Parts: sequence; C-alpha cells; structure tokens
Amino acid sequence: MAAPYDREDGLAPAPPQHAPDAYDPNYVPDSVKTFVVHLYRHIRDKNVYEIHQMYEGGFQRLSDRLFRDAPWPSAEAVAPYCDGDHVFLLLYRELWYRHAHARLSPLTAAHRAESWTNYCDLFSVVLHGVVNMQLPNQWLWDMVDEFVYQFQSFCQYRAKLKNKTEDELQQLKQFDKAWNVYGVLNYLQALVEKSMITQILEREKEGLEQFTATDGYDYEGGSNVLKVLGYYSMIGLLRIHCLLGDYHTGLKCLAPIDLNQQGVYTIVIGSHISTIYHYGFANLMMRRYVDATREFNKILLYILKYKQYHQKSPQYDQILKKNEQMYALLAICLSLCPQNKLIDENVSSQLKEKYNDKMTKMQRYDDEAYAAYDELFSYACPKFITPSPPVLDQPLTNYNQDAYRLQLKLFLYEVKQQQLLSGIRSYLKLYSTITIGKLAQYMEVDEATLKSILMTYKHKMHAVDSDGKIVSSADFDFYIVEDIIHVVESKPTKSHGDYFLRQILKFEEMMGELEKVQLD
Amino acid sequence: MATEQAAENYTVEDLVALNPYNPDILNDLEKFVNEQVSSQTYNLDANLSLLRLYQFEPERMSIQIVARILIKALMAMPAPDFSLCLFLIPEHVQMEEQFKTLIVLSHYLETARFRQFWDEAAKNRHILEVVPGFEQAIQSYAIHVLSLTYQKVPRPVLAEAINIEGLALDKFLEYHAANAGWVIEKGGQSQVIVLPRNEFNHPELKKNTADTVPFEHVTRIFPVLS
Repeated sequence: MAAPYDREDGLAPAPPQHAPDAYDPNYVPDSVKTFVVHLYRHIRDKNVYEIHQMYEGGFQRLSDRLFRDAPWPSAEAVAPYCDGDHVFLLLYRELWYRHAHARLSPLTAAHRAESWTNYCDLFSVVLHGVVNMQLPNQWLWDMVDEFVYQFQSFCQYRAKLKNKTEDELQQLKQFDKAWNVYGVLNYLQALVEKSMITQILEREKEGLEQFTATDGYDYEGGSNVLKVLGYYSMIGLLRIHCLLGDYHTGLKCLAPIDLNQQGVYTIVIGSHISTIYHYGFANLMMRRYVDATREFNKILLYILKYKQYHQKSPQYDQILKKNEQMYALLAICLSLCPQNKLIDENVSSQLKEKYNDKMTKMQRYDDEAYAAYDELFSYACPKFITPSPPVLDQPLTNYNQDAYRLQLKLFLYEVKQQQLLSGIRSYLKLYSTITIGKLAQYMEVDEATLKSILMTYKHKMHAVDSDGKIVSSADFDFYIVEDIIHVVESKPTKSHGDYFLRQILKFEEMMGELEKVQLD
Repeated sequence: MATEQAAENYTVEDLVALNPYNPDILNDLEKFVNEQVSSQTYNLDANLSLLRLYQFEPERMSIQIVARILIKALMAMPAPDFSLCLFLIPEHVQMEEQFKTLIVLSHYLETARFRQFWDEAAKNRHILEVVPGFEQAIQSYAIHVLSLTYQKVPRPVLAEAINIEGLALDKFLEYHAANAGWVIEKGGQSQVIVLPRNEFNHPELKKNTADTVPFEHVTRIFPVLS
C-alpha cells in the first residue's frame, strides 16, 4: 500500500464540506441515504446485477466524491434506511472497514479489532445458514481477500513495536484476541467445510451437480453466499499458508480446485491472479519449477490479453503490480530451470523486455547473480508474517521483517546449491559424449566435485510431485556409463495433439460467434 | 472435548484431518513424532501441523521434537521436506548447534557430496542415532540419485555414496542383484554395477510420453464433442 503521506500531497483536496477533522459519524448525506436504500432493496430482491453495479461502481464513486480521507457514516446512522436489518448492517460495516483500511491513516488497533469482530459476526451468520442472499462473486471474493489482507496487515502492524506510543501498546494489550491466527484459519476452514464445497466439486465431476456452469450462483431460489465463500476460502487458505511459509499445506488447501479446468476462480480477475500467484510461488519454493512456469505463463498471457478491460476497475493497480511480480517470479523459475518451450512468444518478449539483463546475470556464478536473485525475490514475494503475538514486556523491537528474512535466506540457500548447474548446462550442450576427466579439466574442478555437480543437476532437476512421483524438469538430459557422459539432445517435441485441441476450441468459439450474428 | 478422550477414539491422522488448526492436539502430535521415530514410519502432514502450532505459540516449542522432525525429513529425501520444515522454524532457533549440523548435512545431501556427508554424520552420531533407520534411508536416497545419473556406476563411486565397503559391499551388491535387478559386471579397473533402466538414466524411454496428450487437456473439448 502507498505510504500514508502520499495521500495528502495537495493534488486532491478533500471536499470542503467534509474536512477530515469535521467528520461526524452521524451525518448521512442524501446520496448515501439513496445508496443504502437502493442497495438494501436490490439485496432483498436478489438482483445480483444491480448489486454488482452499486458495489463496484456506486460505492467507489461516492467514496471518491465524499469520503476521500474520511470514513463513511456509521452503521448506526444509516440503520434507519435499511429497516435496521442486521445482516445488511454487517455487510455495510464490512464495506466501511474496508474503505477505512484503504484510505485512513493511521488506522488504530481499535479499528482493526472492530473490523475483526465484524467479520466474525458476518461469517457466523453465514455459517449458521440463516443467510438467504445472492451476492456477486466479486463481493464474496473481496470479502475473503480483504479478510486475509487485514489479518496480514494487523500482523505487520503489531510487529512494528519500536515506535509505538504508550496508548497504542495499551490498545494492543486490550485487543489481544483480535485477528488471532487460530481464529482466522478456523473461520476459513469452517467456511470450506460447512459449504461442502469439496463435495460439491467432486459431485460436479460426476455430473451430479452444477457449480462452475452457473458461476456458483443459485438459480433455484437458494443462496450462493456460503457455497462461494467456501470456495474462495480455499484460495484464502492457500494465501495464508504462503504468508506463513507453509507451502505444502497451502497447495493441499487448493487441491480441490482443478487448475486445468474452467473454474469459478477465473471469473473474478483478482481471485484468478491471487490463485495463480500463490500457487506458482508455492511450487517455486517446493522446487516444482515446471508447474510454476506453466501456470505463470498461462496467467501472464491472460493478463496481457484482457487487462485493457479492467482499466477502470478499482483493482487495476493491483492487477498491474501482481503482473510485474509474476514476471519476476517467472524470471527466477526460468533461470533455475530453463523451460523455454513452455513459454508463449508474447510472454517471452515481455519477459525479455523487463528482465533480460537480470536473467543473463542470474546465469552466472558470482555475487552479482546472487544479488539479482535476491532483488527479484524480495520484490515479488508475498508479505510474510509472524503469526504469534508480540511479547510486550521485553524490550520493544521490530520483528515484522523476520519472516521475510528467513524465507529469503532459505531461498538464496537453494540458489547457491544450484549455481554451478548453469555452468554444466552450457558445457554439456557442446558435446554428445565427453569423459568426466576432460569435463572436469574444462570446468577447472576435480573429478569428485564434478561428479557431485552432475548428480546435483539430476537431483535438482527432478521434482517430487504431490503424489510422490518423480518427474523430470530437465531441459536437456544426460546419463553416465562408467566415466563417460552421454548427452541426450533434446529435440523440441512438437505437440500436435495440443495444437489440434486448441484449434478445435477456437473453431467452436468462432462458430458460436457466427451463430450470434443476425442478418437483417 | 478433552484431548485424552479424543485420542482414544481417533488416530492422530484423524485429529489432524478433523481440525488442523487446533492448539489442543499439540501434545498428541508430539507423541506422534516419537511414535514415528520408534515405529520407523513417517507423516509429513502431521509434522508440519506441529511445526505450525509451534510457530503460533513459540513458547510451547520442544527443541528435541523439532530435531526429530528434521532428521525424519532428511530421511525423506529426495522430497524437499527438510526445506519445508525449515521454512516454519524461526531463524534464531535454527542457530542451535544441532540444527546447524543438520542443515550442513542437508546441504551435503542436496549437492550430492556423499563423502563429506558421511564424514560429518560420523562426527555427529549422538544426534542421529536417536532415529533408527537413518543410514538406510540416506543410502536409498544415494542410490536414487545414482540411478538418475548412471547407467553403469563404478564400484568405488557407489561405495562412497552409500558408505559401504569391502565384504559388506559384496553382500549389499549380492542382495540388490537378487532383489532389485542390479547386474554386476567386470569393468576395466574395478567392478561396474549396471543399474536398472528407468526413464531418467535412459532418456529415450521418456520420448513416447512426451507426444501424448494428457487426459485433462482432452476433457476441454468434451463440451464440443457432446
């Protein structure tokens, strides 16, 4: 997030009638009254289209116009305009705190704790199945995403102890139950379980249920809220586990979603990007470079094609940022494990434009290479957190960087173990057979070391997949017979099958388009 | 729900599956680590759950249990379990002497420096001997790496990797010739062991699979076909 000071650079003065110091939580401008009345009515009518319009458009416009640096009117003040509806007010507060998180600074621990309580109330209502609404996927995704974001933000906030005032420390003590990591995980887990989403996706595979085909909506009078929240919670759990450094568990949480198929996760671009970013990052850390590369390539191509349609979206900046980060991660993957045949031309040229120099550096075996890995990783990694609460009776230090430093250090350790491998690659590409003795001479190492390097290459270029199977991710291969290395030339395999599949789909799409054309 | 009661009715795996984010199962998970050590079994998910609970409540962490988890993770190579565990262990804890040793050992294994590994392991027997089956597990990892790399491996290379020599090695070879399809040949200077063919030391075996289309990709055109 931008530094709080950026917002007060004078370019966008607050509307005169609402200077921040004049904020009156009980004053409800007419436009807000209308907004609440309409939103409430559309929610009661289950008019998803209108809800979506107001949520994406109306709320943003009003925020820009009236509440640039001030909070929205309090929930109590707008209650008369929605019959005091309990669930509606929970939703209103959800928006209220999200707006506050994005625009207000400094945000107090009290604010953060109240937002936590509101999420607890909201999710409890949903979990007890008394909700009969139909909400846009975008909003439901944003709820899960914001829930995880606020948790992460709170962890960062309380880990910066050094410059906290007495008052702030007092608040931290007072609200020590807020954003408890067990609570956060258990809410998401409960949403996954209560929604039966795993079973729904299973049944869908057998054709017994529809979920993906209806984008998760319920057209038979029911509610989509629990189901879709459960679905997005799997992605939320993946993200939290990545923030904690638990990549294995994160990927396990995502497992019910099949990334090879169309899925509800792709409908909302924020969810699509978050899924693939974290999936790719987790695989990178688990040394499954091919899986990471394949999915990064797909999403980057997708963003390249479709980002123009999101220019007006409030998430546009986020989309661009994640896009850049994923190029950096892709550069890392490809430097450790070249897989050029997996990369689309357009993605490849973008990548060259952005990271050609860095990638050349990363092929070397020196401090500069090391620094390039460090830089790209630090730029592109998630905002790791330390989940345990601070110990407040010890000397106060900042520990908000600890988690990041640990992940960086371990990643660079891996890089170091692999740094001799690019040397092997470039030498072996020149030969079809060569003795170990001769290659050792060329590489200026002794034979024992060379044998280790060769075996390291084999070990690192073979990943263990989620079923425990060994899969090769080597771009070129070799084998040794006694003391002679035989290099296997890797011919680019033309995958005709895939080509035909793509063309069939394209053709079908075109036929669909043509059928839609109406001739007068 | 009292923990003791729960433990009677459920296995630890059930407990983890039932509620992976439950601080009350910490003791059960610790016991389960010891059980894995004594019964020579392994459960990464349970161990990661425990490390996660330690991460949430650092004051409850047991250094001894963490050490056992890490040794077990080393034994799971070539899987990246050791790193997966380290990702969850705070840096200052990793500074403990025995963890530094384990990290060095992992480094030697990751970079296939078996000579150094066995030397270092011998110096730190007191840490490792707590966990039965350690040597055998590392030997199978070494054999795994050798069979990715070699079609025919000279006897001394094998001997160094698995740290077995002389008569013991003869016996070892005999056993694997009978049970794992190894073939012992007379080579130029020493014996040569022909390792079983796989797609990694005979890359030509892989070629066929590269040209097939995975089933998931075909499913994409099902709507068109129907």
